Amino acid sequence: MNSPTRPSDRSECSGEAPASRRPSRLLLPALVWLGLCLVLPLFLMLAISFASRGTYGGVVWTLTLANYANVVDPLYVRIFARSVGLATLTTLLCLALGFPIAYYIARLPPRLQGIWLLLVMIPFWTNFLVRTYAWIFILRAEGLLNTVLAGLGLIGSPVDVLYSETAIVIGLVYGYLPFMILPLYAAVERLPVALVEAAWDLYASRWAVFWRVIVPLTKPGLVAGAILVFIPSVGAFITPDLMGGARTMMIGNLIQHEFLVARDWPFGSAIGLVLMASVLLGVVTYLRAEGPGARPAAGG
Amino acid sequence: MAEPSVELREVSKRHGDTLAVDRLSLTIRRGEFFSILGPSGSGKTTTLRMLAGFESPDAGDILIDGRSVRGVPPNRRPVNLVFQTYALFPHLTVAGNIAFGLEMRRVPRADIAARVQEALDMVRLQGKQDRLPAQLSGGEQQRVALARALVNRPAVLLLDEPLGALDQQLRADMQVELKTIQERVGLTFICVTHHQEEALTMSDRVAVMQQGRLLQVGSPRDIYEAPQSAFVAGFIGISNSLAGRIETVNGARCTVRAADLPSGFSVVARCPVGAGVGAQATVVLRPERIHLSADVQLNGYDNVLPARVSKAIYNGSETQYVLALSDRLSWQVRVPNIGNGQQRFQPGTPVFLRWHADEAVVLSE
Repeated sequence: MNSPTRPSDRSECSGEAPASRRPSRLLLPALVWLGLCLVLPLFLMLAISFASRGTYGGVVWTLTLANYANVVDPLYVRIFARSVGLATLTTLLCLALGFPIAYYIARLPPRLQGIWLLLVMIPFWTNFLVRTYAWIFILRAEGLLNTVLAGLGLIGSPVDVLYSETAIVIGLVYGYLPFMILPLYAAVERLPVALVEAAWDLYASRWAVFWRVIVPLTKPGLVAGAILVFIPSVGAFITPDLMGGARTMMIGNLIQHEFLVARDWPFGSAIGLVLMASVLLGVVTYLRAEGPGARPAAGG
Repeated sequence: MAEPSVELREVSKRHGDTLAVDRLSLTIRRGEFFSILGPSGSGKTTTLRMLAGFESPDAGDILIDGRSVRGVPPNRRPVNLVFQTYALFPHLTVAGNIAFGLEMRRVPRADIAARVQEALDMVRLQGKQDRLPAQLSGGEQQRVALARALVNRPAVLLLDEPLGALDQQLRADMQVELKTIQERVGLTFICVTHHQEEALTMSDRVAVMQQGRLLQVGSPRDIYEAPQSAFVAGFIGISNSLAGRIETVNGARCTVRAADLPSGFSVVARCPVGAGVGAQATVVLRPERIHLSADVQLNGYDNVLPARVSKAIYNGSETQYVLALSDRLSWQVRVPNIGNGQQRFQPGTPVFLRWHADEAVVLSE
């Protein structure tokens, strides 16, 4: 009873390791698909990002770094910063709203859990664009929100929410909240109730139980949820386009604008790749610090 | 008697349609090792959870150190619970787990270190303080769970099936160790278990519960030797029973005649107070209190009954006989194997059972 098995003992005994490392032939279709539809276009984008814009749009193959130099123009940096800021705010709001919901669902009897999870996922049955239009109907000056508030006598003149950063955040939180709830639910559901009770029994206030036990033990879900919300939020395009109006452009809109309106494919590609690279860098750093592979904090 | 450590007064708790705990009253002394014993569904776990504060009674009151704990949440009760599953925090080291309660009560850092070390010594886990729970064996995890609760010096330590997850040998060792630790720290231990041997071995007193009700409280000896109901007699250890009718009462002894006995035979046993002639009664007798012999002589015993050996099972320290007293009545007898020259009885052979009247109890209905 005194010597727990070392992890290495197990791998030495297992004769399956070499076989399982060989890629299975079953992976082939997926690899072909990803190669043709993801990797190849990415390399195309990479190539185009070093080319120049033709006079009437199109791509002229004179190599240049000008597109990347343009990215750091204060105008675009501001759009970048706004995107990251709004996505961060969205992520934090999703966490704050999603955690109680996920916790509540995970502690329900199994039959009710299914019903609640279904309710969380029901919005996906409708097109995102349609749902965003619905929000416009709610938020606009003569919309539902203002009608209700005015009807209750709470406001004299309509609140101007639509076409602002607030509207974007509302739209993003609405759109991505399920991506936060689902991984959090999975994490909380695996957390034994006895651990929460043990902390409570050991003099922890509810607040301390949350921060000292629930948060550390549901971290994989927190990390997954944060990534799943942050990444699509930072590159969001429909929501800022429809709910943000002209003054509040995000990167997604900028890229769309460069490709389709300005017809500057090389610059659009450069912005797209910079966005991808910075998100990737951010996520990897985050995972290193907080992810499942990170060393657990020593007690005390 | 000193002021009681824990008092339950007419405590009831309903779970849906079932009355999990039914007007339970108990007084537990300070420094006592008290066990609540019962099968699943007896209400023992609900009782423990009400003591810990995870559930609150629907009726009645619970007093700890003389104060009602009604409405007091678990984190403000002077009790700590050792969970059946241990519930060690997997992200904290052994030391981190043990220090948790002290940190929550904002004990100075230097004191924490000293007390954690002391707790590690007590459960003999020196040198393991930096391990994570997953790196420990089941027995070690059990000790950490115990240390994590003991380190807080609670007024009452609650144990939920503390040895349930351990294997047989380890369980036997831990029974002795738990009792030793309890005597050393002098705290009140309340242990909930369905394992009768565990309860008898460790406890100063045992309460037997069934279907939310308290059946009997007493020392292990009382519970085993003088069960007050057929359920207690059957649940604690193995017992042979015989249903019949009281024929005569003579002071503390009475004679019971039963249809299942061979004609002409009756049984003399200890009699409950107030038992009347003619009343329905059950005689209860422990398998190790019966002596087997090949001849019918009483030889100083008060009882003798004829039987036939159906099975003889040799299991090392003793031989377990299954004996047919009649077509409908089968008893068990355990005979310690004391060495060569001891008489053995083969299946199929006739045999006589003899015992002293005081070894058998009559339970009147």
